[in-house]
Amino acid sequence: MRLHAPESTVTFTFDGRKLKGVPGEPVSAALLANGIKLVARSFKYHRPRGVMSAGSEEQNALVTVGHGAQAEPNLRATTLEVSEGLEVSSQNAWPSLRYDALAVNDLVSPFLAAGFYYKTFMWPRSFWEKLYEPVIRRAAGLGALSGQTNPDTYEKAFAFCDVLVIGAGPAGLMAALTAGRAGADVILADEDTAMGGRLLREREDVDGKPAGAWVTEALAELDAMPNVRRMTRTTVTGAYDQGTYGAVERLGGAPSADKPIECFWRIVAKRAILCAGALERPIAFPNNDRPGIMMASAVRAYVNRWGVVPGKRVTIFGNNDDAHRTAADLVAAGIKVAAVIDSRDDADISGDYPIYTGAQVIATKGRHALQSITISHNGGTRTIQTDCLAMSGGWNLTVHLTCHMNGRPKWREDIASFVPTPESIPGMVTAGACNGSFDTAACLAEGAAVAAEIADDFGLNAKATVPAADHTAYSVTPLWAVPGKGRKWIDFQNDVHVKDIKLAAQENFRSVEHMKRYTTQGMAPDQGKSSNVVALAVLADATGRGIPETGTTTFRPPYVPVSIAAMGAGSQGKGFAPERFTTSHKATVARDAPMIEAGLWYRPSYFPQKGETHWQQSCDREVGYVRNAVGVCDVSTLGKIDIQGPDAAALLDFVYTNMFSTVKVGRVRYGLMLREDGHVMDDGTTARLGEQHFVMTTTTAAAGLVMRHLEFVLQVLRPDLDAKVISITEQWAQFAVAGPQARALLNTVLDQELNDESWPFMACGEVSVAGVSGRLFRISFSGEHAYEVAVPSRYGDNLFRMLTAQAEVMGGGPYGMEALNVLRIEKGFITHAEIHGRTTAFDIGMARMISAKKDCIGKSAAARPGLLGEGRQQLVGLRAKGRDHALTAGAHLFERQAAAIRVNSQGYTTSVCYSPTLKTHLALGFLENGRARHGEVIKLRDHLRDITEEVEVCDPVFFDPTGGRARG
Amino acid sequence: MAKLIALTPCAGLLPIAHGAAEVTEVVPECLVSVAPYAGQNKATSARLKEQVGTGLSAVNRRVGGVTWFGHGTWLVAADVALDGLAAVTDQSDAWAVVEIKGAGATDVLARLVPVDLRAQVFKKNHVAKTMLGHMSVAIVRTGPDAFEIMVMRSMAQTLVHDLDVAMRGVTAR
Repeated sequence: MRLHAPESTVTFTFDGRKLKGVPGEPVSAALLANGIKLVARSFKYHRPRGVMSAGSEEQNALVTVGHGAQAEPNLRATTLEVSEGLEVSSQNAWPSLRYDALAVNDLVSPFLAAGFYYKTFMWPRSFWEKLYEPVIRRAAGLGALSGQTNPDTYEKAFAFCDVLVIGAGPAGLMAALTAGRAGADVILADEDTAMGGRLLREREDVDGKPAGAWVTEALAELDAMPNVRRMTRTTVTGAYDQGTYGAVERLGGAPSADKPIECFWRIVAKRAILCAGALERPIAFPNNDRPGIMMASAVRAYVNRWGVVPGKRVTIFGNNDDAHRTAADLVAAGIKVAAVIDSRDDADISGDYPIYTGAQVIATKGRHALQSITISHNGGTRTIQTDCLAMSGGWNLTVHLTCHMNGRPKWREDIASFVPTPESIPGMVTAGACNGSFDTAACLAEGAAVAAEIADDFGLNAKATVPAADHTAYSVTPLWAVPGKGRKWIDFQNDVHVKDIKLAAQENFRSVEHMKRYTTQGMAPDQGKSSNVVALAVLADATGRGIPETGTTTFRPPYVPVSIAAMGAGSQGKGFAPERFTTSHKATVARDAPMIEAGLWYRPSYFPQKGETHWQQSCDREVGYVRNAVGVCDVSTLGKIDIQGPDAAALLDFVYTNMFSTVKVGRVRYGLMLREDGHVMDDGTTARLGEQHFVMTTTTAAAGLVMRHLEFVLQVLRPDLDAKVISITEQWAQFAVAGPQARALLNTVLDQELNDESWPFMACGEVSVAGVSGRLFRISFSGEHAYEVAVPSRYGDNLFRMLTAQAEVMGGGPYGMEALNVLRIEKGFITHAEIHGRTTAFDIGMARMISAKKDCIGKSAAARPGLLGEGRQQLVGLRAKGRDHALTAGAHLFERQAAAIRVNSQGYTTSVCYSPTLKTHLALGFLENGRARHGEVIKLRDHLRDITEEVEVCDPVFFDPTGGRARG
Repeated sequence: MAKLIALTPCAGLLPIAHGAAEVTEVVPECLVSVAPYAGQNKATSARLKEQVGTGLSAVNRRVGGVTWFGHGTWLVAADVALDGLAAVTDQSDAWAVVEIKGAGATDVLARLVPVDLRAQVFKKNHVAKTMLGHMSVAIVRTGPDAFEIMVMRSMAQTLVHDLDVAMRGVTAR
């Protein structure tokens, strides 16, 4: 029921039922307006539950929105906005919310107390994971995820400001106004759809006008300031190092494909003012969880802000003066107040309704909705018919953010609440109710004062002018739990009641942290916002300690649940990682080449041709191009580092095992690089373009690593060396042209003719490529007569098309990674499959490359005992004995007769291929004392793929061991 | 023989526009990196001034065609002869350069870039070497609502993708 007919309504559904609501109001308000009390089933006992609060602390009214892949579970009906077509469903109930089969749990509840599972389902041990836990999880729980990929859009964003004001109630608004007027850059964030906090929910005046009117004026003033940014629907969820705050923004309104549902903000603020207010806490009395039993402040909010009548005969139960505003507001709205019950004997109340002081609620009735309550009063009991009970156990300050960097709040006896410890978060101050100041006048004054102080620190001129407002003092006498029998709920969301906490104490889980784990109190999505203080008060009582000695559990971020989707926003699909494309990418894809990822790069696996049904056919053909005609391959992804300076050669001598200062200008040398621990880091060729100018190439995988290594060497190890390094990987498009026809092919695109005299093996220099100045390197990773030709990247696409077209004319064509791999295995050339981080120069047969004439990184470490000698597993070639017997990488090597068990393993394979050149299966691998065992037949065993093969150990260079083809 | 045909890094990808922001490609005629050798900053700066009108810019700043580009390195938008004073390396083809401009540009970058780009902090010709999404970038403010973004050439497509997603999100609000 509503107090007034709304101006406009929209239609939404709850469990399929069409309902009218006011756009923008919380779903909880619309449900109450439609007379719907039963909204949810509880976590463990499937108890009927209704709306309890009017904010993000809601414990009961959790719902699912949408369906299918877009379904979003566990949203609080109190912060979910009504919009046209919104689809809301209840959770944790079957077959229906009203007739929930698992409500049987409630009947056997005496057996389901805290710790029940652990004590009961102990045996047999293996049953826990397979049987007990799945069954228990199905019976207890909240909403469920769809299990499908979420198609919705989420966003992440960054913001910066001088002052972040958290919460836009009276304190926050005044803080933002004061800091904003002084000229500071302000962000004002509030989790509600509209700013004003309790000023929108209470009946009171500010500056001589209704509070709502004052708020409207304040917001208009803030909006007129270019230095103030207001963020509604934005909950600041965490306080982190160096003034960084996390915040989640719900965008609200109708969804669309581009529009995010939530945005996760990282806000960096020089200073922050926490004006988070306070949360009203429930009282633990028997069956205090029936639909219709609500927080008193929530009842006022529904009546005052949304014009919704939560009940026809409302009763009020409290232990503080604040609760009596509720009765006054209800009367003003024309709603019947059936009784006001105050637990304090000395409460000073007057009103035109029955008043019971020194009284307590001791029982309630009504399965799906509250029907009556029973109170104890003057030694007797009395039953009162009521459909809504507004309760107030006092207020807990919202100190959460002040505890996010390990701050501990302090107990303040007079207001029976924890208060923030100053300076718990560097740069953050507190003001208003979250600081223990409850009346509006104090909130306004504190907000203005702290903001003026901060503005002053910034050297700005701030005036703290504060409007007149209510300054009624707050008085409370703690009442945590009403004595007597029955289940008295403390943590409604996780179904924890007073007895569970007493049981924890009885079983010696006396620390508040242990009690929490034992009972699961505070471990539901609301993280115990409303229940923590009551729970620890009951624990304190049960263990005979005071509340300060008992202490609180730790408040950790986030303050409200944040979707993982929001935190990971932008990282789905194409956003997961950057894609790096070579200049030949388009031409390659146009040839239907399947692309494989090499780090972030995309490279062609092979180039299929008509009639080929298996990659092996394409690969064999492409290997044939290189061995018999000419092949073209994009090698731009290899790291290219430009090294210049008076000490460029000295730098290379230091980082490479072999000598580079002796390389002549116009020549290339193969180099091996060690880590400081003596193991191989990377290999590649380095060309000397000038006396003080080199170009180093790295493997694709280690390009970044080597660049970082060189920077480290220059900045840290050898700052005396005057050399400069910069990546030119992206500057040049570089193509390998390999095969007997390589020179002939290049001569069709180069502006000068190549011959053996001008371009012998391992020569390099500048060339003119179809009118463009480029570079040419006569190097080979295939063992054939080969070159790498480089042009500025803008020409890469065109040169690749030119080279491949010409290669095809000559009986060759492009080749991909598969063929490249076969070609290098046939030649015994290593990649990171072999130099995988645990192998040394000795292991790969390159010990002689460590120059005796100079020092280099890793030289001493490589000579350590254990890194040399027969015991090492050394690089060998392996040839399958049977022609059709494929070998596998990662298989282990054993003596022929030995059992294939771990202790007998003598090595492993690293690279395998079928060699169309040698018509047999080959492998590279590491074998104990392998270099001395060429000719021996051993056993290869792959336990994962269940393959056993006999292989012959041989030299890793299977093809053209003298290297004549590359030189010729 | 026909001369090789050139393609720009963002060929076929740009321009794009959504709401109050648009992204266009900037094609620099020439970009070289300049890294002065030990003790040669002053001499390099003087020589640069003779050739391009401005010397080495301060850290995080661009002056004219000279842009600070990280530890001891500047990008210069012209070929320069600094014989022996500094390492000079051609970078003309290494970077995809785009400009984002319009009233929504700052909001779009706030979705992707973790540094403070507010006008009073990040002023015209200020330079930030930072991240955009998962990519290393250089960002320069070129006007009240305009920024230049440089990313490795191979990542041009991801840059345009990420900007497009952010622009759509900002526009849909």
